[in-house]
Amino acid sequence: MSTEPTAAGDKAPLVEAPADTVAGEVVLRLTDVVKTFPGVRALDGVQLEVRAGEVHCLLGQNGAGKSTLIKVLAGVHRPDSGQVQWRGEPVHFANPQAAMRAGIATIYQELDLVEDLSVAENAFLGHEPKVAGFVRRGHMARRTREILSRLGHGEIPPGRMVRALPAAGKQVVSMARALSHEARLIIMDEPSAVLAHDEVDNLFRIIRELTAQGIAVIYISHRMEEIREIGDRVTVLKDGRTTAANLPARDTPTRDLVARMTGRNIEYVFPDRPTAPTAGDELLRVEGLSRTGEFADVSLSVRPGEIVGIAGLVGSGRSELLETIYGARRAESGTIRMGGRILRPGSVGAAVRAGMGMAPEERKSQALLLGEPIHRNVTLATFSRYARLGFTNAGRERAEAERIADELQLRPNDVRRAVRTLSGGNQQKVVVGRWLLGDTRLLLLDEPTRGVDVGARAELYRVIRGLAAQGVGVLLVSSEVPEVLGLADRVLVMREGRMVREAPAGELDENTVLDLVMAGSLMEGAPA
Amino acid sequence: MSESTGTATPDRPADLPAQSPPVDPAVTASLKEKPRTGGLSFWQGDGGEGAKRNLGLIGVLVVLVVIGAATRWDLYSNPDWVWGNTLTILKLASVVGVVTVGMTFVIIGGGIDLSVGAIVALAGVWATTLATQSYGAGGMIFTAIVVGTAVGVVNGILISYGRLVAFIATLAMMVAARGLAAQISGKQTQVSNNSFINGIASTELFGIPLLVYILAAVVAAGWVLLNRTTFGRRTVAVGGNPEAARLAGINVRRHTLLLYALSGLCCGIAAIMLTAQANSAQAAMANLYELDAIAAAIIGGTLLSGGRGTIVGSLLGVLIFSTITNLFAINGLSTEAQNMVKGGIIVGAVLIQQVQFRSVTQFLGRNKATTSA
Repeated sequence: MSTEPTAAGDKAPLVEAPADTVAGEVVLRLTDVVKTFPGVRALDGVQLEVRAGEVHCLLGQNGAGKSTLIKVLAGVHRPDSGQVQWRGEPVHFANPQAAMRAGIATIYQELDLVEDLSVAENAFLGHEPKVAGFVRRGHMARRTREILSRLGHGEIPPGRMVRALPAAGKQVVSMARALSHEARLIIMDEPSAVLAHDEVDNLFRIIRELTAQGIAVIYISHRMEEIREIGDRVTVLKDGRTTAANLPARDTPTRDLVARMTGRNIEYVFPDRPTAPTAGDELLRVEGLSRTGEFADVSLSVRPGEIVGIAGLVGSGRSELLETIYGARRAESGTIRMGGRILRPGSVGAAVRAGMGMAPEERKSQALLLGEPIHRNVTLATFSRYARLGFTNAGRERAEAERIADELQLRPNDVRRAVRTLSGGNQQKVVVGRWLLGDTRLLLLDEPTRGVDVGARAELYRVIRGLAAQGVGVLLVSSEVPEVLGLADRVLVMREGRMVREAPAGELDENTVLDLVMAGSLMEGAPA
Repeated sequence: MSESTGTATPDRPADLPAQSPPVDPAVTASLKEKPRTGGLSFWQGDGGEGAKRNLGLIGVLVVLVVIGAATRWDLYSNPDWVWGNTLTILKLASVVGVVTVGMTFVIIGGGIDLSVGAIVALAGVWATTLATQSYGAGGMIFTAIVVGTAVGVVNGILISYGRLVAFIATLAMMVAARGLAAQISGKQTQVSNNSFINGIASTELFGIPLLVYILAAVVAAGWVLLNRTTFGRRTVAVGGNPEAARLAGINVRRHTLLLYALSGLCCGIAAIMLTAQANSAQAAMANLYELDAIAAAIIGGTLLSGGRGTIVGSLLGVLIFSTITNLFAINGLSTEAQNMVKGGIIVGAVLIQQVQFRSVTQFLGRNKATTSA
């Protein structure tokens, strides 16, 4: 393994971690792994080296390719090119079972347990010990108990239904399943996200016991203090590339890590920002909005023609906040006003009638009829406005959809095509275009450029800026800090359900915002 | 049925700029004169893919007729008999056909209605009680339609507002409605003494039975409703992606309720037709109609998971079933053999559907790779 930086930066030389923590043999080595999806290069040359007995942290912003990388390792996706070496041998996992059998176990963020089976049945799901087709229940329970006590959780009864366990307990069951496969490498995708603070300590204790037995762990987290505490080495991904490999987790300055995560590979092309409207009546006024476990006491406002950006990580409550403003979730307390009028809570219809439109986070599952043609998707929110006495006006709809397609430079520019056939960027244009048709006064955009290629991004930015110039208010959520800073007039930073900072975009820089969105402890590790 | 031919939000402040012209009836009217872009043909209403599939179903019908002609040439050589037999098939298809139109809407909208047969029975029994019959034909028809729709509304409320799974809610209704029908009729066959009602089945117009006209009218209304109205668009949206429909401002729950009400309405109409055919009604009538209607819709290309389907396809599905029944009857074969063949046809239709769907998605997958930037 070369010790040279693999991609961009030459600034921070790669330092091998202290020998005592990574004494093990190399169990996993990825070389130049590439994986593309239509319109997106999700992995664009990933290097990764994991040694037995180490906790290898994977760091990167949303969309950096971490999830795709996990899925490649777990046998869900097959890489287009590049090599995956597992314990010295090049491997191609045909399916998740093959990866499991080879000894790679993955614990996903949303745990893939069967809630109505017992702990033991979940641990041995798919490879139950059996005799002549009959499951050896006693044997299975005994082995589960062994594994659980190895994990320091001998108190969990193997016969208990998984549904009855708390989140931390379910995670332990997931790990028990990994151990039941004799896993040599366990991948944990943000395992701490579902845990309370003291439960995280317990998780770390388990991880230490696993690594002491020579098991390698790939640990993914956004929380810097966790990486410092549990990690041995860090590999940083950015835009599908490895930008730094094998940095020591404890000593690498936070500034360096942040720079590796955000280092500008993509040229973001933002349209010029006119002077933000500071006068004028407020279009949207949110006061004291709360939903238990999602966000608390959020107040914000948007003026006509203003783009307000919310920066925050997944799980900070930003998407939930947007959906609540839109009426897709019902606020437990607080008020939402449009043009001074209080909106009926929990009613999308009321929000749309008041002039709101939303491009939700998950385009395919939340916004599109994939099998239907483009024009019907564009007019999904407005077809009844063109109708007379309930009869649709197909000609008018087609004409309007074609006008939008031209305006947004949709490719291919044929509105009869099924939306399924479009690239991510063009699908997003369809979703945004839907709201250009009505009399939308406030557009809520949740991760508008996720999975969108560079060219389409620039076009989307232009469209959003153009809408603002016409007086439409925009509330934008993005985990890409440069996007929020480049596009918004005013920025709100959200962390763990609360607004922690509000400032004009010009007064913030990327590192400051990143420091704010990743827990405050980030600053502690940062030398001057 | 459909509402909100809506105008712009009335309370919208005038000083706020709009990026598209406000829609008011005058503008809509003036735009109606605009030449239609692309021109939407009759076939496009059902979608190109649906039209192609329907041609396949017509092919199946032709094959069935050819088999009939080959096995009973003695009958088929007589044109008068052929015409008469065609009318027999259509009459056979008429009642289930009406029920299938409603079922098609429910399935496209992402649901299922197992209670249709029971609703037909309940509506038929309720319309033929001595008390109802005393109000004459109008009272009987009104009762059947109101009872059918009301039961559909109850289904809809249970499913959309009570959040019951459609399968369970309508399964419960299937049992309960038959029970109520038996209770009302005292398990007796209720004879219809109304000559107008009984005449519906025997009357012919230009040599074609009135029942066939009713089927044609319901199919035509269903086609228009699905392809030309906001109700139809909402149905496809709600069934295709309920979350997307909801976030686009469509009232998914209310629409779901309306779909079951529509299915109930169709059952009410079917109840009158069936009562007229038998000159009576009883709690056991329209037995297993739910299975015939679902099978016909599936054969017709309606996606059981919702979001796709055509009225013409469902009609062809019904016609294929009744043609098979007729084919077995004229050859003197048992209904047992007939049912086995019907089962095979359902499986075959779904298999073909899957193969077609797979090849379509593969084709799209190839396209996707070439079109993405």
